[in-house]
Amino acid sequence: MPTNPIFSAKNVSMHFGHGKKLVKAVDDVTFDIADGEIISIVGGSGCGKSVLAKVMLGLYKQTSGEFKYHGNDITNQRDHWNDVQSVFQDPFSCFNQFFTIRAQLKDAFGILKTKLTKEEIDQRVDRALLAVNVTPADIEGKYPFELSGGQMQRMLLARIFALRPKVLLADEPTSMVDACVRANILDYLMKLKQELGMTIVFVTHDIGLAYYVSDRIFIMHEGKIVESGVPDEVALNPKSPVTIQLIDDIPEIHKEWIKR
Amino acid sequence: MSAIFEVENLSLHYLSRWGQKIHAVTDVSFSMKKGEILGIAGESGCGKSTLVNGLMGLFIPPLYPTSGDVRVNGESLMNRTPQDIRSNILSRKVSMIPQGAFNALNPTRKVKDIAADVIVAHLQKGGVTRKESYDLLRERFDLFGMDTERILNSFPIQLTAGERQRSVIGISTLLNPQMVIADEPTSALDVSTQKVVIKMIFDLLEKNIFSTMIFITHELPLLRHVADNIGIMYAGEFVEYGTAEQIVFDPRHPYTKALMGAMLSAEPGQREKKPVAIEGAPPSLAKIISGCRFAERCPSARPDCKLRSQAIRMVAGRQVRCEYAD
Repeated sequence: MPTNPIFSAKNVSMHFGHGKKLVKAVDDVTFDIADGEIISIVGGSGCGKSVLAKVMLGLYKQTSGEFKYHGNDITNQRDHWNDVQSVFQDPFSCFNQFFTIRAQLKDAFGILKTKLTKEEIDQRVDRALLAVNVTPADIEGKYPFELSGGQMQRMLLARIFALRPKVLLADEPTSMVDACVRANILDYLMKLKQELGMTIVFVTHDIGLAYYVSDRIFIMHEGKIVESGVPDEVALNPKSPVTIQLIDDIPEIHKEWIKR
Repeated sequence: MSAIFEVENLSLHYLSRWGQKIHAVTDVSFSMKKGEILGIAGESGCGKSTLVNGLMGLFIPPLYPTSGDVRVNGESLMNRTPQDIRSNILSRKVSMIPQGAFNALNPTRKVKDIAADVIVAHLQKGGVTRKESYDLLRERFDLFGMDTERILNSFPIQLTAGERQRSVIGISTLLNPQMVIADEPTSALDVSTQKVVIKMIFDLLEKNIFSTMIFITHELPLLRHVADNIGIMYAGEFVEYGTAEQIVFDPRHPYTKALMGAMLSAEPGQREKKPVAIEGAPPSLAKIISGCRFAERCPSARPDCKLRSQAIRMVAGRQVRCEYAD
């Protein structure tokens, strides 16, 4: 157990509905995440991984249990987002179509407690764009619909480079892009981690991706964390039947999959 | 055995508002036999989806055919009106499984009504009534081993993603088309659901509900298991075309090699192997490119690559568009 956890969850549950229609999206999970760790939460669709991410982000208040960020409850969302930021699956639904990208990147600074001057903001946006290999002139005056999916996903990452949060929650950041762009985005995420010493929580259904990036993997199924551990242990020597099934279903090049 | 689906030197272009031609697909040729699945892979924007429209013969402005021919059972799909294509070709001979199942189903109607529309629209002249079409539907959905009554009487929003995608596949193949074109049918699903959907596709092929299929995706490991042959597309051209084993285990074109290098997998020893992204972006297709299209990003490019355009040639039993590949 990490001594000074950045997130600590104790018997956290998140339920929706009641009576017969009660859905236990997250059911009695307990974990600690240390500062600077990269954690992957892996599971099939509907296993509750995104709900757990939203609890971490302060968008949902857990139904029961204790969820602490640096030892405190999340009471003020704006204060929380000063430290914790996220990247979502579909970049097109994350930007407002009516404003230019640059304006929205600058707008994002409103969430920070330390107010910067206009020049500082411009500088940081420029540097963030360069960090994701986009020259600022390229997107000058451009609107979100003028960019491709891969470029948009990079804009979301540029926002993180600019804001420099302490924690990044990445909810399926690569599931909408092709394999080349995925390798690219992973590079940038690793760069973020190296430059800013960030804690990253990945939410994904791709155990191959989780195996590659993370320090620890949590496998979720029906709201519970069924297995957790270092990647080599979880991905290569799985114990839980859920994990075995999950790994078995991935089409690997050197493995039998479905016979025709 | 003669080929069911033939494509000969197909080139397609878009016409922009200012009269500029954008050559989205250039010189694609292949032919498919009964029971064959062809996989097409390539990065976003390489012309995969444009090719799909061309293969259906559906030329809706601004898309126009430049040259070439597409034939289903010897019948050409070129130079026909969209109305003609819709009433005689789509669903009956060539059918398509769209990318996002949720966007393809009308949210205000039940699955059975959406499907019955397809039958009634295409078989009206044969005198199929709406009531008869429901019976046809039940028969077909029972064949899939699905929970027929519940799914047919649900609205799309009440179904899971996998059920939705399987319903869409069911609807697309209702009229036993010769050819089914699947444009990323599983990229929005998780791995377990993906497996179920692929199993269903194999099952339909075995039961002769359709005879050939084109499967478009960017997941090469998936294609290795699904496809018999794979074509790798780059900037509108096929750069390599061969059997699945040849392409995945022994790629020869530099672009295919680079694509394989960007793959991730949870196999022993793979953690240290870093996936390598291909630097740079594909060329703009608004101009006609004289040299090799991949030369700008190719790790093994030579100075004269940018001067000569590359022709398809045979290397180790497959077609490769690179004169230095060996």
